[in-house]
Amino acid sequence: MSGSRKLLILGGIALALWGMGYGTWYAVFAEHQALDGIGASLAAAFDASASRNPGEAETAFSKYREAKYIYDRQVDVHGHWIGLAMLLIVVGMAFDRVRFAEPHKLVLACALLAGAAIFPFGVLLQTFDHGAIPRGIAILGSGLVIAALLAITLGIAGGEAPAE
Amino acid sequence: MAFSRSTDKEETGEMQASGFAPLSARRLLVLGGIGLILVGMLFGDIFAVFVLHQNAARVGASLAAAAHAALAGDHSAVLASFQDVGSFLENRGTKVDTHVHLIDFGYLALMLAVLQPWIAFEEKAKRGFAWLFLGGAALLPIGVFLIHHVGLAYSPLQTIGWASIFADLGGLLVILATLGFLLGLVNHFRSRVPAHVKDGLLSDRSTSGRLLLGGGMVLVLAGFLHGAYYAAVDLYRHEALDSSILTETAKAAAANDADTVDRSLEAYGQLQGDKAVKIAAHAHSIEFGLLAMMLAFFQPYVRLRESWKIRWAYVLILGSVLLPVCVLLELRYGLAAGGLADFGGLLVILALLAMWIGILRYPGQLDSQAGDAG
Repeated sequence: MSGSRKLLILGGIALALWGMGYGTWYAVFAEHQALDGIGASLAAAFDASASRNPGEAETAFSKYREAKYIYDRQVDVHGHWIGLAMLLIVVGMAFDRVRFAEPHKLVLACALLAGAAIFPFGVLLQTFDHGAIPRGIAILGSGLVIAALLAITLGIAGGEAPAE
Repeated sequence: MAFSRSTDKEETGEMQASGFAPLSARRLLVLGGIGLILVGMLFGDIFAVFVLHQNAARVGASLAAAAHAALAGDHSAVLASFQDVGSFLENRGTKVDTHVHLIDFGYLALMLAVLQPWIAFEEKAKRGFAWLFLGGAALLPIGVFLIHHVGLAYSPLQTIGWASIFADLGGLLVILATLGFLLGLVNHFRSRVPAHVKDGLLSDRSTSGRLLLGGGMVLVLAGFLHGAYYAAVDLYRHEALDSSILTETAKAAAANDADTVDRSLEAYGQLQGDKAVKIAAHAHSIEFGLLAMMLAFFQPYVRLRESWKIRWAYVLILGSVLLPVCVLLELRYGLAAGGLADFGGLLVILALLAMWIGILRYPGQLDSQAGDAG
């Protein structure tokens, strides 16, 4: 098995384990609290409206907005880490069909693995900081994944590579 | 299966891993994996037609009832409406989870099937892990499906019902089986001289395999590009709108403005629809792409004429393109686009079923495919 192929398959398995571990931690320690917070703040907002209290409703909506922002991203992080891990493993299995020299394939494998790890990490950072840096990290990660996938697609389309 | 740790060939660092005997771990995982994906897709179709839309309407109606209760200053009706929303969302959430877990376990089974030659255990142990995996992969979705209907009936625990307990047990079985396979993989790479595995599946270069692999890569890439576009253009706008519409609804209710409440609720429904179709198109494009790529590896085991294998590969790719594209067009063209999207899903299911039957007919060794029947 070539180095690039091994990197993708083992990296994919490691990322899948990491994503599953994160999902398990989240489901046990955070998800129910987050969902309770979203539901309670939304109900509180409408209850405040029933009391004709717009100030309290606005406060409850701010809590809802923040809780939902964090919840959506944490679920996305879990899903994207595992989804990208599956992609790494499948692309790794097919990597002998990419018609590039091994050093170039190693660069592509590194870019794909780095992007798959960085992109959800940037999304996760957004739950702590709504600024430009976490968003930039997520964009860098997704850019790496897309660029690597584009190159791999061209490598597969470029002709038939011999079996490893 | 030709591979075991004690064979002479491994000691010389060379392995031949083309066996696909009946009830071998690889065959169990391939047939079970495709079977799980098929059941998951059929369940998804049935769920979408008979449950999803009706449930979304009920959630919308309960939210509207909450807004109108706020308008009338009725606190207990607000609370009751939100309890209804919670119940409808639990029903929807568990059905979506059933669909997603069936399909994802199917994908995992296919990946484990490809890795079998590198799992350094005796075939009997691998077969045991495969049965364990498939048992857990069936038990978890059944348990999740029943959570909403069984509730806490006869449960020995205060907050977790029997359905959840069995779902968790299913998850545990899947984790144990996967860890077992991973241990075998680690054994392989840790052995003094790791065996060089020659696997006929990975060296296959048939037209149907190349079509599925190339088409799958393009679908995955398209899904990623669409996801990036969604994140750049729609994600933050949708989040801001979600919050601002609900705020407007509550403020209008506090101000006794029934017209604005109704207008806001309509806008909220449209926003949820817009979000749902864009995320569904992104996710389905990538998932179908991955499925096509994984099926590319198993084409040597599909006992059909090459011309039919190519036709089914085209059908699968066509359905995989049609579904996400038509889902995206649903908001603009309504039922016509929705019908075409369902037709795309049906094409994928038919192609998958044809390949599954082809694999079921496969006699045993890759070498024997020269005489394959159509």
